[in-house]
Amino acid sequence: MTPILEIQKLSHIYSPDTPFEHAALTNVDLTISRGEFVGLIGHTGSGKSTLVQHMNGLLKPTSGRVLFDGRDIWEDPKFTRQIRFRVGLVFQYPEYQLFEETVYADIAFGPKNMGLSKEEIDTRVRRAAGFVGISEAELSKSPFDLSGGQKRRAAIAGVIAMEPDVLILDEPTAGLDPAGRESILKNIRDYQAAQHAAVVMVSHSMEEIASNVDRLIVMEKGTAVMTGAPSEVFSHAAELVSMGLNVPCMTQVLLRLQQLGVNVPAAAYTVEQAADLLEPLLKGGAQTCSRT
Amino acid sequence: MLKDVTLGQFFPGQTPIHKLDPRTKLVLVIVYIVALFLAKWFVSYAVIAAFLALVIAMSRIRLKVVLKNLKPLLFIIILTALLNLFYGQGEPIAQFWIFKITRSGIQNAIFMVLRISLLVAGTFMLTYTTSPIALTDGLESLLSPLKKLHAPVHELSMMMSIALRFIPTLIEETDKIMSAQKARGADFESGNLISRAKALVPILVPLFISAFRRADELATAMECRCYHGGEGRTKLSELHYQSRDYLAYLSGAALLAVMIVLRQFGL
Repeated sequence: MTPILEIQKLSHIYSPDTPFEHAALTNVDLTISRGEFVGLIGHTGSGKSTLVQHMNGLLKPTSGRVLFDGRDIWEDPKFTRQIRFRVGLVFQYPEYQLFEETVYADIAFGPKNMGLSKEEIDTRVRRAAGFVGISEAELSKSPFDLSGGQKRRAAIAGVIAMEPDVLILDEPTAGLDPAGRESILKNIRDYQAAQHAAVVMVSHSMEEIASNVDRLIVMEKGTAVMTGAPSEVFSHAAELVSMGLNVPCMTQVLLRLQQLGVNVPAAAYTVEQAADLLEPLLKGGAQTCSRT
Repeated sequence: MLKDVTLGQFFPGQTPIHKLDPRTKLVLVIVYIVALFLAKWFVSYAVIAAFLALVIAMSRIRLKVVLKNLKPLLFIIILTALLNLFYGQGEPIAQFWIFKITRSGIQNAIFMVLRISLLVAGTFMLTYTTSPIALTDGLESLLSPLKKLHAPVHELSMMMSIALRFIPTLIEETDKIMSAQKARGADFESGNLISRAKALVPILVPLFISAFRRADELATAMECRCYHGGEGRTKLSELHYQSRDYLAYLSGAALLAVMIVLRQFGL
């Protein structure tokens, strides 16, 4: 896989030289490849939000480099601005940034800033609306008349309309109901598949992470402490718990079974995987008799 | 970034200056300003500057921070200095066209610069070392005699504390909205005045909406906690003078006395 975003020895210090000085990131190294779905987890204040704001050049590193396609994004100011369109960042609660009179105009804000032609903007707005499931009728409505979930979709469409190569989402499902969560995640996966884009998703829901991402990065105290496939990362349950994180429910169940003396690996994070692991044991029937 | 705006910012600390009663600090600031305006000559300015330096040293606020906050006022300071420079009386030292520089002009310019800087730096010390809540508590307590005249002292101080409380929140919010719009390619730095003003719309609309939403939520939260105005309301932390407050009042009185004496001698 070809790397698209490379972060090298990145450190960031907030409010340097004041009593509020605070190192948010120290020496972070990581690579995001084309088309990959990466999950970013970490305790509140572990530096996730700071990290993602470096990925599209909103924050300037105190030291270290951010490379896009092998080129330093701070090399020249014009390139830094271009990066904002190539690396789309959806903030937490993005619905609070809606400002235009119609949903259409709001989604068009990004593409318009890119300086695209009217026709191109129109196709992009409609395509983006299609990805997130906003209907034709809703496009002409005021964004403030939409429901909470639809507002969130409209805001995400505003970033998707720029058709970025890397889409970063900071807790895209926070505060939504379960159905809304699943459908937004599906929208994101659809976009990823259609554009062969890389996706970086920050989330506090281990289930959401486990069932969507290819690779997982764990942040703690401003450093990336673990990275790997979800099954790999979630096998370090004890460490995750000590960081104030958790593992998916199914992994917890298996770990508890291990503690009770059942010989089963804890490398599952969905119900299906757990069922696959437990089935042979149940058929064998050997370890289940301890109760009697 | 907007976060670096330190105007009216509070730097928490445990120094004697931080621990002073807010009422003491408010009164002392007034005394300080009066003393400053009594100053006539270098000697008295030196006394005031020494007093301020002592306060800064005791509060452990870095001098760099104080100076940084004078920076936004640099324009006003330079402007007043220039105006005073050219409006002096007496024999001109240098002259060109309609401008003439006199000895008294130079003196006045220097004094004005000193006066403005000392005034601003001194009043900043109040907000640096006093939390907004303590400040409004102190103000309410100092103004409470006016309640007899049916002045809405409690309401005013409540409004003030809410306003102060929300300044950092709104700054943070503005920062966030700006970042979000920048992420969509918004450009706030280039273009002419009109296009720059237009670029503010994507910030102002969400900001106003969120401010109204917050106000609404706050009102509900206050009602849920049975807020009904100042009548019969007790305080969590009552203000009590300590011995250090009397000491501070004493030093304030001493400063004022020294300034009056110096003024008599034209120093």
